[in-house]
Amino acid sequence: MTDEPLLRGSALSKFYGSRVGCENVSFDLWPGEVLAVVGESGSGKTTLLNCLSTRLLPSSGTASYRMRDGQFRELYRMSEAERRFLMRTDWGFVHQNPADGLRMTVSAGANVGERLMAVGDRHYGKIRATAVDWLSRVEIDEDRIDDEPRAFSGGMRQRLQIARNLVTGPRLVFMDEPTGGLDVSVQARLLDLLRGLVTDLGLAAIVVTHDLAVARLLSQRMMVMKDGHVVESGLTDRVLDDPRAPYTQLLVSSILQV
Amino acid sequence: MPTPLVVSDVAKSFTMHLRDGVTLPVVAGVSFSIRAGECAVLGGPSGAGKSSILKMLYGNYAVDEGQIIVQHADGLIDLATASPRTVLAVRRQTIGYVSQFLRTVPRVSALDVVAEPLVERGEDREGARAKARALLARLNLPEKLWALPPATFSGGEQQRVNIARGFITHHPVLLLDEPTASLDARNRDVVIALIAEKKAAGVALLGIFHDHDVREAVADRIIDVTTFAAGKRAA
Repeated sequence: MTDEPLLRGSALSKFYGSRVGCENVSFDLWPGEVLAVVGESGSGKTTLLNCLSTRLLPSSGTASYRMRDGQFRELYRMSEAERRFLMRTDWGFVHQNPADGLRMTVSAGANVGERLMAVGDRHYGKIRATAVDWLSRVEIDEDRIDDEPRAFSGGMRQRLQIARNLVTGPRLVFMDEPTGGLDVSVQARLLDLLRGLVTDLGLAAIVVTHDLAVARLLSQRMMVMKDGHVVESGLTDRVLDDPRAPYTQLLVSSILQV
Repeated sequence: MPTPLVVSDVAKSFTMHLRDGVTLPVVAGVSFSIRAGECAVLGGPSGAGKSSILKMLYGNYAVDEGQIIVQHADGLIDLATASPRTVLAVRRQTIGYVSQFLRTVPRVSALDVVAEPLVERGEDREGARAKARALLARLNLPEKLWALPPATFSGGEQQRVNIARGFITHHPVLLLDEPTASLDARNRDVVIALIAEKKAAGVALLGIFHDHDVREAVADRIIDVTTFAAGKRAA
């Protein structure tokens, strides 16, 4: 096991005019580690995620990523084409709304196969077989492979989006509220599935969520954000069981007990 | 043989920011060590800080002052200041913990809950499951429950799943937070036997046991937590 991080964020800030998106955020993420970023709407967690995934460029700060050859590259100095290549191969991005991450008018099989073709697979039979395999791993019946995601339920769409992202064997996956907008029973199934996949594949992931239970279940480490700043970070169970910052104490004490 | 766990001058308090920042001292001046092959028991009334001490030793509570030195991977680590990543490695390899209550995950079977710590340490899933089956059988958990998620189990059944999960690995240090609280006499005896086996294998154990008979049966030594009362020093 290597002792170098996969992704390092250093003093990342993003301003929208005079308004703070996120300010001075630094962290390291190691292979196989899931980092949860929690906070309420407007806390800057999605801005941070978008900066890290290079969907947004930060106003200042750096982020470097350890490529498959072991070399660190600064993300914001890469060319647009290099970043796109990283996005298509080594990274995944799971959106809260599956419609943002799927092509709704092509079949489920094609949604999964498309990512494979982007990394150079051309053999139709092999692509289809891999697609079938991935659909079953996310618990979608094989006989739905030719259906469009428009005909899928919300939970199925989200599982399809996950399959589409993981089929290329990424090392890092960004997730923006992956269980937001799903019924609790569907959420539990998705969380369990994600948890298993992350463990089996040794993925590193950054999960943005406002749901502390989701953070507890999926992540080993967490950062709590408020008004664009990280107010507390550490082991997930430590932050949740012994919260130190006033804002974290408020968040934890606001959880409804069932 | 080096001492696997040495605690010196540890202090802990909670600052309640939602209650105008009032500070609740929990313990101060906590100092003891646990040798390999012994079972020490934290003694004292409820609220004395026994669970808090265990939680600090597991990295689950932050430590305000002092050191918690653990023998880990051929070196010494201070858990009080270790990075989250180091704490996770210590939990994987060195310090095991049986909590009072099982935190269940939806849809994961009791068998896999028990096997998981071994799988995390790199054992193959089938081998880990075989060991999990043996342990659950020994703890008299009915076989028909093994494939079910423990969320709907009774308190005693969940407790046994939790114990099996904690005892399945060979961590050199094992922390036990009232593992026998909701067990009947037969299963209490199984836990006493399991603890004796760990001691014989050279594991350093630290536990909380309210049950007098269990304490008598397992304890080599009682550490009186009331001598660490935070008020004594802070006041």
